[in-house]
Amino acid sequence: MSGHEFKDAYDVVVVGAGAAGLAAAAEIARAGLDTLLVDENAGPGGQIYRAITTTPVRKREILGDEFWNGAALVDEVRSSGASVTQTATVWSLDADLMLGISWGGRSRNVSARRVVVATGAMERPFPIPGWILPGVMTAGAVQTLLKSSGLLPAGRTVVAGTGPLLWLLSAQILRAGGAIDAILDTTPRGSLTRALPYASGFLLSPLFAKGLALRSEVMRKVRVVRHVTELVAAGGDKLETVTFATRQGAKATLPADALLLHQGVVPNTMLAMAAGVAHRWDERQLCWSPVLDQDGRSSIEGIFVAGDGAGIAGALAAELRGRLAGLAVVRDLRPGYESSETQSIRQKLQREERARPFLDVMFQPPREMRAPADDTIVCRCEEVTAGEVRKAARLGCAGPNQLKAFLRTGMGPCQGRLCGLTLTELLAEANGVAPGEVGHLRVRPPVKPISLSELAEMPVSEAATKAVVRG
Amino acid sequence: MFKRLPDCPATAVILTVDGRAIEAREGDSVAAALLAAGFAQTRQSAVSQSPRAPYCMMGVCFECMVTVDGVANRQGCMVPVREGMRIETLRGRREISA
Amino acid sequence: MAAESADVVVIGAGIHGCSTALHLALRGASVIVIEKDHAGRHASGVNAGGVRQLARHVAEIPLSIASMEIWERIGDLVDDDCGFECHGQVLVAETEAELEEFGVRVADLQRRGFTHEELIDKAELQRVLPAVAETCPGGIISRRDGAAQPYRTTQAFRRAASRHGVRFLEGVRVTGLARSGRAWRIGTTSGDFLAPKVVNAAGAWAGRFAAMIGEPVPLEVIAPMLMITSRVERFIDPVVILRSRKLSFKQFPNGTVLIGGGHLGRAFPEANRTILDWGKLQESARTVWELFPVMREAAIVRAWAGIEARMRDDIPVVGPSHKAEGIFHQFGFSAHGFQLGPGTGAVMAELLTTGRTNVPLQALDIGRFAGHSRAVV
Repeated sequence: MSGHEFKDAYDVVVVGAGAAGLAAAAEIARAGLDTLLVDENAGPGGQIYRAITTTPVRKREILGDEFWNGAALVDEVRSSGASVTQTATVWSLDADLMLGISWGGRSRNVSARRVVVATGAMERPFPIPGWILPGVMTAGAVQTLLKSSGLLPAGRTVVAGTGPLLWLLSAQILRAGGAIDAILDTTPRGSLTRALPYASGFLLSPLFAKGLALRSEVMRKVRVVRHVTELVAAGGDKLETVTFATRQGAKATLPADALLLHQGVVPNTMLAMAAGVAHRWDERQLCWSPVLDQDGRSSIEGIFVAGDGAGIAGALAAELRGRLAGLAVVRDLRPGYESSETQSIRQKLQREERARPFLDVMFQPPREMRAPADDTIVCRCEEVTAGEVRKAARLGCAGPNQLKAFLRTGMGPCQGRLCGLTLTELLAEANGVAPGEVGHLRVRPPVKPISLSELAEMPVSEAATKAVVRG
Repeated sequence: MFKRLPDCPATAVILTVDGRAIEAREGDSVAAALLAAGFAQTRQSAVSQSPRAPYCMMGVCFECMVTVDGVANRQGCMVPVREGMRIETLRGRREISA
Repeated sequence: MAAESADVVVIGAGIHGCSTALHLALRGASVIVIEKDHAGRHASGVNAGGVRQLARHVAEIPLSIASMEIWERIGDLVDDDCGFECHGQVLVAETEAELEEFGVRVADLQRRGFTHEELIDKAELQRVLPAVAETCPGGIISRRDGAAQPYRTTQAFRRAASRHGVRFLEGVRVTGLARSGRAWRIGTTSGDFLAPKVVNAAGAWAGRFAAMIGEPVPLEVIAPMLMITSRVERFIDPVVILRSRKLSFKQFPNGTVLIGGGHLGRAFPEANRTILDWGKLQESARTVWELFPVMREAAIVRAWAGIEARMRDDIPVVGPSHKAEGIFHQFGFSAHGFQLGPGTGAVMAELLTTGRTNVPLQALDIGRFAGHSRAVV
């Protein structure tokens, strides 16, 4: 939708039009509540269903059924009565349920009686030497280029890391006619043994068969090096080579124009943290997840978190969580409204989540690629190395917020998105305490920068100056 | 470094990058258009002026910040291309212009 | 278990608590500092970092001058330059009428013997602040003023105090204050402590300790907001403040610009949380937009608020309690206490160890609130 004018207030604002946000908005709007779904991208779909309505990729098998399934969700929202606004950036959310939204170069405050944060996942930081070089990108970035623009890497391409998405992307590149020189699998030795205790849930899941098929599809066509360590990207003004150590300890170097990195995804917690939602350290997923009840209700009254932003569980689980949060919002605001579905959605969600523990443990990235060696840059914006962080820890720096004053880590434009988890793990390791005790970077709004002019010209609505009544 | 799929029907869009005209496709983000046109670098880092290029393509890394139609610090991966759009990369400049 | 004892217990490890602890230790006292979070967690760590004698209430000026002398050799005291840079501070007049008032103020200060503020005309204003809008007719400059990095400064005082034997208990909350013979028994979440003297430097939380000893004060908990831009080309050296509109403005050496000035968000001191008021931040942005056209395309990257105590008369409470012998107050700096930290700590240490100080504190005495029955929240 374009040319959209925002109202000062809605019953519900849903942030993010991925699987969870689409499902939540559909459930809520269908119940007759005034619902705004805002999303930062050009079209709905989030990351998994990115460009679902516009992709120029015509051959359906390239992206696979899991991708095309997203179309039904978009249709569902379109017939639900929700207002949908794309290319709108939510740069602030607070405990008053006041949002700051930028659209079309202008910002405004919008208030809501309930907010569903469905901001999804982002790829886990992958700090290796040389990861700042042009030519080094995330696997997800290349998947985005393929889905939105029909672009494929053209030069010598190396894929490195661990996790299901690594194999999915590789398969998609190959199906589209692209080439991959090598896959450097960083899954550490012993991962399978560690994951076996969780295998029963996984073996029953359809993900098991799909995962195996994907893997063998790729391995037939590409050289795969397993148990890779000491991954290094090198080059002058751009990537030239990728060096790594093999299981036998031998060093090898590949010439490369593109290195596609991936070691799993983690919740994108920026907006929820900015609002003050309590988070806890997830020992298995090695990331921060919001503290939620079974419907996605957070520690801040009126704010729900749904989808992978609530903890990584994949697209189908995200959709189900979106529905549960949506139905809970409806129960809050329409006390008489009955839905018989809640129980069956919960059961489906449990089945989806059953496969997770195995995947989490199996593809837990190795420590050396989460808390890297001293000379590796961990904060890309301010170019701070792991060694500098460790040194600050030795000087008595206990947490990432204290670190900011000394090293400016997390104070650049990305606001710690690409260093936050690394800082927590580095400080935990250096100080010999649990990551959960070290804490996370305090997220300050705006979670995306806005120009001074845009703020200066922001209309201040009546609603924005009054305390918002909820209930 | 990137090539288009052969059977991708999408309307061509012309934009200028640092004064040079490039062809993009409808549906591209500014960052995708830059990569497709072979721009290896979008900006230089603020601290050491090291070259940077799009890394995440989903609004997380801020490596693709460019000036779009005179507005500085836009995330290139989040801005859809439009006919006649003027892009300036931040090569050789600080992270933002004042 | 026997309670641990010290000569002095300081409540609060902000810049004031840390500075007083350090100066007490330098005078040979044994000191324990009790902090419910960690040193510099609140207003001391997240303020604008202004090191300012300029435009202060006349009652604060002696403390401010004493502080400035310490700031100018801060590295000798705490072994860290605290990021202190001296480029002056300028109070910009936006109108001729305002400039006239400024002239009256400077003349009055000079009659009182204070010469740090200097009236400047439009030409000098344009010379020191070439980027300021040409409509501004002049201002007041305090040339020795500057700015420092607040969290780093508070940490530097904390580390220096530790080196001199001060014990810091962080994450420990004071739960009670009671007489125990000639000493005070300080109950905490980590056991009891005994000390003949206690310093109440608890910032936004100081009111409860004043109330505990039967000396309630009108203390308002406030959340002054700040925002910072991403890097822009260097265009300004001094710190700029305005009078009629709330604005303070400064550029760090790395190019980022800090915009503050005292617009308030909402504070939730029990939860260590604040909520920003974007309507007021919009006003700040508007003011910068008008006064510094060069900033119009800059990006706002972060905004936040600290949690601080403000007194009804906007000046702090410094000095001994009237109700409880051995208790000393050092709070209510009303969002301008950062510069005062080093000097106030020195004066408090002198007061606690010798019973007197040459720096006049009468106007800051808690007695001015006598008869106040309850804290304003």
